[in-house]
Order: sequence, then structure tokens, then C-alpha cells
Amino acid sequence: MSDRKRVIKKAFPYTIPVLAGYLFIGIAFGVMFAEKGYNFLWAALMSLLVYAGSGQYLAVNFFVPGYSLVQVVLLTLMVNVRHIFYGVSLLSEFNRMGKRRFYMIFSLTDETYSLLCTTKIPDDVNQDDFLFAIAVMNQLYWVIGSVIGSLAGTFLPFNSEGIDFAMTALFVVILVEQLLVKERQIPALVGIVAGFICLQVFGGNQFVFPSMVLIILILLLGKKKLNHEEVTKTCQ
Amino acid sequence: MPISITRSLIIILLVALTTFATRVIPFLLFPKGKEIPKIIQYLGKVLTPAIIGMLVVYCLRGTQVFSGSHGVPELIAVALTALLHLWKRNNLLSIGAGTICYMFLVQVVF
Repeated sequence: MSDRKRVIKKAFPYTIPVLAGYLFIGIAFGVMFAEKGYNFLWAALMSLLVYAGSGQYLAVNFFVPGYSLVQVVLLTLMVNVRHIFYGVSLLSEFNRMGKRRFYMIFSLTDETYSLLCTTKIPDDVNQDDFLFAIAVMNQLYWVIGSVIGSLAGTFLPFNSEGIDFAMTALFVVILVEQLLVKERQIPALVGIVAGFICLQVFGGNQFVFPSMVLIILILLLGKKKLNHEEVTKTCQ
Repeated sequence: MPISITRSLIIILLVALTTFATRVIPFLLFPKGKEIPKIIQYLGKVLTPAIIGMLVVYCLRGTQVFSGSHGVPELIAVALTALLHLWKRNNLLSIGAGTICYMFLVQVVF
């Protein structure tokens, strides 16, 4: 088996939850975009170039007369601003990856970020190849999902209502894993509590950025105590 | 299509560039070869569990606690996913069972 095949085979099982989630939220995007009059080529183009779940859902609304381009940029910025913080955990990992790091940065969705930061890489594969394979496979699922959605979304053979819970379940599982590691318990709880408080205060559409700011404030204020607990490698 | 092809392409490019901009900012601030300050290294480590916690809240943000199903399907499915995971530590089993349970609850029960 060639080395590349071996890496893909090793990485694939870790991506299956994303496969399930992305196929179906990708399908939902494809259906919405098709309803606006954009065929599968447009859906594929958008999923290849943009690659953002909630960002693309929102973007579907931009394709009507009268939307200013400034609005397009500002609204996209608002829904994706949380991504600003993701790279902070992956600086050294990506910076040593050569040209591939540009793709790694581009493809840093919530799901890919979570997998990259929490998956224990098997010892017998090249670390960079493994991370790259996860990133590429995830986007592949997303593109395939959006194409299926725009071609056949309305003819789905079964009732798929609720299938997007796969994404929630993926994050719940990763959260459980975090809570089982002593030095990650407090940061994880900080995230949940800050998120919950900001959700109550700012509402479902605007709470993510305030949550991130609050989380960073608390983590900085608690630095002495948290550092004391020997926060070892959270991100590989 | 409600607007022209050119304008559609411009919108897609703008959304793509804006999204990429949000993802690339840390790498512009701390480029290859530049030493990463201690405080940023610390944040990089503790941010991941915190972001995952926040993302769980984010996924559940639409849950209707005071109307509809009162968040019961979400509660049951999240609890099942977490407990199954604590028990077996098998990602696919936990996620698969949680999702199927949720689909059953929203389609058949509630």
C-alpha cells in the first residue's frame, strides 16, 4: 500500500462523524441554494471556495437584488469571527507544514479545528500528512453534500429531520474527552459557562463573539492558577 | 438566478475572502519563524477545551426550552451521547446512537 493510501486509511475513521454531519448540512445548503436558482455547479464552487457551514447558510440570502457588497462582507465577518481564535492553537503545527499550511488555514472550520486539536495521532504515520488528510477529507464531504443537495435534495428517500444532530453529538463526544483530562476540565467548563451566559444576554445570533472575548478574559485572569496545573499539550 | 452571473461570482469571492481572512489572522500576527509569545502559547493550549465547550452551547442555541418540545429531545440525546461515551469511549457508537435517538425523538415522539 502506498504511503498516502495508508495515511488516508488511518485518518478516515476519525472523520466519519464529520462525514455524517457534513453530508447532511451540506445537502441542506445545496437545497437552499438551488431554491434561489443556483445549480450544483454554483453550490460546488461555493463549497470549494468558501467552505463554512453557517457562513454559507447565511450567504444564500445575499443573492438577491439590493444587497450591498459592504453588507455581504460585514455579515460574513460577524458569523465567522470566531475563527480568528482557532489558529492560535495551531500556530506551530501549521507553520512547520510548508506550502500545505495555506490549505490547512483555509480549511479551519469548527469541525476540522476540533478534530485537529483533539485527535491523538497514531504513532506510525507522518503527523503532517495525517492532519492534512483529515482536512481534505472533511472538505470533500462538504462539497459532495452540497452537490447532492442541489441535485436531489428534495427527493431524499427518507426523512432526515434531526440528522444534523450528528454535529452536536460530535462536539459532545469531544467535550467528554476534554473533561476526562484533569488540566482541561476548567477551560472546558469556562467555555460552557461563558457560552451559556452570553447566549442568555446576547441571544442566539450574536453570542459567539462576546463568548470568545469573555472566555479569553477569564483564561487570562486565571492564567496563574491554570498554568500551575501544568497545562500540558492540549493541541498536539 | 435573481442577479447577474458576474455579481454572483463577486459575492462568492467576497464571502470566501472574508472567511479566509478570519482564519488567517493569527498566522499573520505570528508568522513562521517568529517566536510565539508565552501568553499566546498559553492561550493556544487552554483555548481548545474552552472553544469545544462553547461550540456545544452553539450547537444547542436553537433549543426551545419554554415552548415546543421544551428541549427534551436535546437533553435526552445529549445525555445518551455523553453517557455512552463515558461507558464505551467509542466515537462512532456514541455519535451514531445519539443522532439516531434524536431523529427518532423529533420525528416520532415529539
